[in-house]
Amino acid sequence: MNIRKLLRRNETVLIFAIIIFSLVIGSKSPEFFTTANLFDILRSSFVQLLFALGVLIVIISGGIDVSFPIVGIFAGYTAVVMMRKFQLNEESLLIPITLAIIIGAILGGFNAIAIAGFGIPTLIATLGTAGIFRGLMLSFIGASFISDIPVGLDNFSTADLIKFESDAGTLVRLHVLVIPVAVITIAVSLLLNRTIFGRSVYALGGGIEPTRRLGISIKRTQAKIYMLVGGLSGLAGILYVSLQRKANPYDLAGSELDVIAAVVLGGASIMGGYGTVFGTVLGVLFINMMKNNLVLLGVSSSWQRAAVGVLLVLGITIQAIGENRKSKRQKTAANKEKE
Amino acid sequence: MVSTKTLNYSVENIVKSFGGAKALSSVSMSVSGGEVHCLAGENGSGKSTLIKIMSGVHAPDSGIIRLVEKEFSSLSPRQAVQEGVQVIFQDFSLLPNLTAAENIALPTYIYENSRYINKKSTMKIAQEALDLIGVDIDITLPVSEISIASKQLIAIARATNLGVKMLFMDEPTTALTRKEINRLFTVINQIRARGVATVFVSHKIDEIQEICNTITVLRNGSVVADGLMKDFSTKQISEAMTGQDVLTTRITPELKSIKQKVVQVSNLSAIPTFSNISFSIAAGEILGVTGLLGSGRTELAEAIFGKYQVDSGEISVDGLKLPLNSSKAALAAGIGYVPPDRLTQGLFLEQSILRNLIAVGIDRYKKGWGLLPRKNLAQVGDRWISDLKIKTKNPANPVTSLSGGNQQRVVLAKWFATNPHLMILNGPTVGVDVGSKREILEIIRDRAQSGMSFLLVSDDIPELIQICHRVIVIKNGKISKEFSESELNESDLYKELN
Repeated sequence: MNIRKLLRRNETVLIFAIIIFSLVIGSKSPEFFTTANLFDILRSSFVQLLFALGVLIVIISGGIDVSFPIVGIFAGYTAVVMMRKFQLNEESLLIPITLAIIIGAILGGFNAIAIAGFGIPTLIATLGTAGIFRGLMLSFIGASFISDIPVGLDNFSTADLIKFESDAGTLVRLHVLVIPVAVITIAVSLLLNRTIFGRSVYALGGGIEPTRRLGISIKRTQAKIYMLVGGLSGLAGILYVSLQRKANPYDLAGSELDVIAAVVLGGASIMGGYGTVFGTVLGVLFINMMKNNLVLLGVSSSWQRAAVGVLLVLGITIQAIGENRKSKRQKTAANKEKE
Repeated sequence: MVSTKTLNYSVENIVKSFGGAKALSSVSMSVSGGEVHCLAGENGSGKSTLIKIMSGVHAPDSGIIRLVEKEFSSLSPRQAVQEGVQVIFQDFSLLPNLTAAENIALPTYIYENSRYINKKSTMKIAQEALDLIGVDIDITLPVSEISIASKQLIAIARATNLGVKMLFMDEPTTALTRKEINRLFTVINQIRARGVATVFVSHKIDEIQEICNTITVLRNGSVVADGLMKDFSTKQISEAMTGQDVLTTRITPELKSIKQKVVQVSNLSAIPTFSNISFSIAAGEILGVTGLLGSGRTELAEAIFGKYQVDSGEISVDGLKLPLNSSKAALAAGIGYVPPDRLTQGLFLEQSILRNLIAVGIDRYKKGWGLLPRKNLAQVGDRWISDLKIKTKNPANPVTSLSGGNQQRVVLAKWFATNPHLMILNGPTVGVDVGSKREILEIIRDRAQSGMSFLLVSDDIPELIQICHRVIVIKNGKISKEFSESELNESDLYKELN
């Protein structure tokens, strides 16, 4: 790959953006360049990255899912409620996580039925199911805040991989989740690039008709995608509950903006067909870095949401401009070839 | 994977109707391995329908499909692929976001029921497929960055890789330059040598003669000629394709005077698309413009309407100079432009005939407060219905209540309602069946007779001969020849075009 191509890549642009942003904040506030801050950014990124990986898969396939935060909290909250109701092993971490993943996959299955079965446009389908899931959760499973989550989940929130006291006397902690999240990230990357299913996701985003003619089942692929995203969201939801040490059914709703913005900033095309795991990781890190540190720049926290919105619009604008340039380049290339 | 066993694929007495219209009536055709068979015929002759039946897209109403020893009453697309039948559609069916290598190799993985894919074997599969047909393309590029000609070769490579025994190519040369066509023909000869049967669909006679050894000619859904290529002369093929009767019946209206020039175009240039284009059109004159895809014919039509940016030149209407590059000015000066596909897709089918008639330029019927007075509209509707002889009892009926030909009249009336001096029609009969085509041409003739001028952009040579007073041929952005009324004949036009 030559340098010009490398420079045109979204990931490269994002890395530059991250560096510039770091330098600006770092020059204003020396706190920024501390291990503690880095670990904080990572900790706040875990859950979002899991959501983002799911959204990445959906967006590459040419769809969109806006139900994932609700699926996440539904799965996380319900898993906690089930743990108490059926008096399952309080100490266990594996049981609630497995429960949440299964619940998430089932909810994703409903999305799959709506999208692959009935052919409802993805945005409308997931918007609708998000409302349905939320209503069902609040009326049948519970609407109350649970502060005493099972011990296993509670303890996990402080399971640190690295823990030391810094020179300034603050406690610096890196959560153990960094390992499983990294493993899942790599697994999703392998799934997308090394399996026929993964390539089918890209194919689907490139065009439905050509994909069908390749002999790939559109419905089966879509069903798999939405169930997988459901499962990932369920996992993210239960980890969120664990890290927060509380299960609040009203949480996470509204977090879709941050996640979708991160994925799009990471270079996934909202039209489908393009996107990388690496870009998504960078996008999530960038958004969290910004959200955590705008305060250091003296920007009030109420502006954070607006800032993320600006980034989302900016990301899509850059894509659109890039697309225009690309088609122009192609035209000139084609003309040259003709001559 | 490619078998060299000779294959025989034939269809017998295939009948297929869509709605009421008969697309194919008792068509039989037979192709053997190692043969390049030409399926010729004009637009709407039933070529595409026949391909779709032979590749399993459509099921025939009756008839037999015979593949080697097996007999089918209809094929499913999957069966067709399993039997080694592949079609290269005009859009190639490639995925623009994936690399050329993946586009070639992906079906192989799916065919083998693999679950995993790796770059190395993808490249290997793709490279072998390309070697097989003897072409060299950078397969690491995404398909979106590859030229049309190379995309086609990729589609062929993919088909051969899937063990193709029978390859259909639907108008493969339309978008290619001569050099690219030569490369394509080399490839076709390669796969022919491997025992693949190829069906080459085209209406370009010189190309057919160059590459094919057998031929079937379709006209209006029936086989009008078939046999060995060498038994047919150019003239015989063109006669079979068009039918003698079509050639002779010119319906061009008499020109009253060629002195009164309505439109004068001089030295119009838009580098590099076209340059120094000059012509004029008299009142009531129908000027045909033709050229191959990419010759600049469409851009020229759009430029006159101000839709395509030009660098220099002059356009005047009724002696008044028109500001360039402004559709608004062109509209105001009385130039109308109907892009291709508008005639077939330009109707709100569920809406009333009247509403369809006034849909273009609805602002003109606006009265105070932006209201549309019912009475005025009814008058406009009645006028067009009688003018264009639209057969209906009530303009409030939905358009779907009309026959095809009458629907066509409504579309045209809609555009004529703006009463332009010059009407630019770009491919007015693309995708239109033979009957409706006739209707459209007759309406154009009637309008021309009442003084409207036409610029007719088309690649349908017989149609141009039927209706135009003059035809100019555009080649590489320049007028290569102008055919006056007496010089118009099919073979010369074809020759000039290619």
